[in-house]
Amino acid sequence: MMQSFMSYLGSTVPPGNAGNQLWALIYVLIIFVAVSLTVMWLINWVERKALAHFQVRLGPMRVGPHGLLQPFADALKLMLKEDIIPDQADKAVFWFAPVIGLLASFTVYIVIPFGPSQAVSDMNIGILFMLGVSSLGVLGIVTAGWASNSHYPLMGALRSSAQMVSYEVAMGLAVVSAILMTSLNSTGTGTLSMIGIVEAQQQQGVWFLFKFFPLGVIAFVIFAIAMVAETNRAPFDLAEAESELTAGFHTEYSGLRWSLFMLAEYAAMMAVSSIAVTLWLGGWLRPFPNLLHGPAWEFIFSLFPGLSFAAFAAIAFIGTVRMPSDSFFKVQRIGLGIFGLTLAFTALLLLVIAFVGRGDDVNIAGRLREGIDYVFWFLLKVAIFMYLFFWYRATWPRYRFDQLMKIGWKVMLPISLGALIATAIVGVLVK
Amino acid sequence: MNDLKDKALPNAVTDLASSPSSRFNLEASDKPYLDSNELIINMGPQHPATHGVLRVILKLDGEKVLGTECVIGYLHRGVEKIAENRTYTMFNPYVDRMDYVAAVSNGLGYCQAVEKLLNIEAPPRANFIRVILTELNRIASHQIWLGTHALDIGAMTPLFYTFRDREEILKIFEKYCGARLTTHAFRIGGCQYELYPGFEKDVKNFLAFFLPKMDEYEALLTGNRIWIDRTKNVGMLSARDAIALGVTGPMLRASGVKWDIRKAIPYANYADFDFEIPIGQNGDTYDRYLVRMQEMRQSCRIIEQAVNGIPEGPIMAKVPKVIKPAVGEIYHSIEAPKGELGYFIVSDGSTQPYRLRVRPPSFVNLQALDIMVRGQLVADVVAVIGTIDIVLGEVDR
Repeated sequence: MMQSFMSYLGSTVPPGNAGNQLWALIYVLIIFVAVSLTVMWLINWVERKALAHFQVRLGPMRVGPHGLLQPFADALKLMLKEDIIPDQADKAVFWFAPVIGLLASFTVYIVIPFGPSQAVSDMNIGILFMLGVSSLGVLGIVTAGWASNSHYPLMGALRSSAQMVSYEVAMGLAVVSAILMTSLNSTGTGTLSMIGIVEAQQQQGVWFLFKFFPLGVIAFVIFAIAMVAETNRAPFDLAEAESELTAGFHTEYSGLRWSLFMLAEYAAMMAVSSIAVTLWLGGWLRPFPNLLHGPAWEFIFSLFPGLSFAAFAAIAFIGTVRMPSDSFFKVQRIGLGIFGLTLAFTALLLLVIAFVGRGDDVNIAGRLREGIDYVFWFLLKVAIFMYLFFWYRATWPRYRFDQLMKIGWKVMLPISLGALIATAIVGVLVK
Repeated sequence: MNDLKDKALPNAVTDLASSPSSRFNLEASDKPYLDSNELIINMGPQHPATHGVLRVILKLDGEKVLGTECVIGYLHRGVEKIAENRTYTMFNPYVDRMDYVAAVSNGLGYCQAVEKLLNIEAPPRANFIRVILTELNRIASHQIWLGTHALDIGAMTPLFYTFRDREEILKIFEKYCGARLTTHAFRIGGCQYELYPGFEKDVKNFLAFFLPKMDEYEALLTGNRIWIDRTKNVGMLSARDAIALGVTGPMLRASGVKWDIRKAIPYANYADFDFEIPIGQNGDTYDRYLVRMQEMRQSCRIIEQAVNGIPEGPIMAKVPKVIKPAVGEIYHSIEAPKGELGYFIVSDGSTQPYRLRVRPPSFVNLQALDIMVRGQLVADVVAVIGTIDIVLGEVDR
């Protein structure tokens, strides 16, 4: 047991590939807990705060300091709510629909490479698996809409499936053009493995976003648009268009079941952002890994995780100081202080690890430092995408159904096809 | 008259109306699964985009709208009947509750109608105050329209911006008469309150504050690709249809008809001010948006002229203690933010109106919904309801 536990630490491949079932299980559990918690707490809170500040509001302020505990309060409320299944609904399907969505969006995380060995498994068909499984999410929406046996959910479900079909194609073509770029090496063979794709970017010394400028950018933008449509987020949130279909496919859902849909939606957002990061933004690679290398640069870049936590801690402390001195805010002030201290402690821990594990990738500290770096850069890039999702939501009106289809088929598909062909031609010429 | 009939009562609506039971056929419990034919759904009375309690019965072919029928009356309070049991003065606050986002305009229309019946005229200073407050109210009403309209189309943020800025107007109202929404700002014969010290400064500050905010709204929406896609050529209303249906206000002007009661039949002292009537060409939702945005700027122009020229003098005309108009009838209309707001009062010589009829602009404008959305998509219904700018308190009265 202990041996099996320690064995992974020296491994350079994901536990799934090394046949290390214990570590694979640990990874699955970590990912499940981390993703649920991030989605439920962090993303929920950040979205509400970001959206509120876009809209000259404060957002949640009451439960916990600056509303930090609001998501927990909401989760508790949703769990305690009555579980209503409409009389006319197809009960079994109605019950199962949110589970499908949830399973689809969480299964994707199996192949997401947080680092070269920081993944559950590295499949040789990784990206196909990812696209395939993440598009199963729409099945949850469609079955939910159908099983509700009600008009608005049905329309939401139909919109969602149509949207899915039109955007999968453009998305797939954009992905293919990134995969084509992986084959520009000495052997001339590309890879579908998620880890392989990032490694190809490292070998070629460029993120695929900037490869064959502007072809990489075009494919990336197509994907970035399609992924918003894929996850049913504004401005493509037609399936749950609040002002049109009341709540779209989840009109009839309430309580825990509704929250499962939300969990699935946000998990799917992170999943598609991860695909984009892996394919175009160099996955776990830190900025300029080939240009600025050597122990000194390694060390400087490995300070970033600790420093960013320190920055968060500083923000929390500033908030503590700025809080009104009224005794009414005493508990909140203490709470925010403790939160800041937690962040500061995390920052300290990360900095210590960076310091102890510098210039070393064999020992535990070194391995840990390396792993933290990979995961940090990966999550930072994903976080940028998540922020973009919120930004879109605050800024843009919603597209209409026919316009959405028109953009999908008449604009995005030709452009992505063109980008693919151009990438292929340029790739051959360069070679 | 015939072609009015053709236009105003398109077939599907009469079909729906003539067999009211047919609406609910699809909901009948003996059909376990959804029908694959036309879909009839109820939009409202509880629906996020029907601005209160409007119920629209939609007949759909997939997403395409085949016909609509508006069911109104969920907010009916019998305002017109109440008028018959109240004295003229007592009824004054009730009109605020019709179009509650433009209460000042309602009050102005009512007070002027009764003044006309009494044959008295408000003094010039009162007229200036009335114009300033009414135009401020027009801006406030248009801000609510803009926010909710944008929200219906999916843009959340303008709503909060407009509510933030509308707050400044409400603060002026509150300082002037103590109320923010249902202001009851005017009295028959003038105004009850003298301007508070610093009113002019507040209004000027508001203008300086508001015009940059207008640019902010426009930056979010006017050039926005999605906004244009969603509103251009949506809910077209030709000038002919608009006139035939009695549509007034910005909706009529967006269809290219230059008809604004402030210019056509000037009341208060609108004739003294220099302002333009913005008109549109296509009569689509985008034009209505542009017209209303321009109207807000024109309102600012009027307010600016008015606030610089408020004369000294009394604020109330000589009005008898007990208002007892001579036998007769009167119709007076003003340009409310939503269109022509008319009051028809029949007096039997007593202290109470014998009959009071309100011509509410959004009630009449709502008729155009069916023409505007037929053949379009469900999402357009929402956009069009938003662009009509209805307030159900006024539609149902």
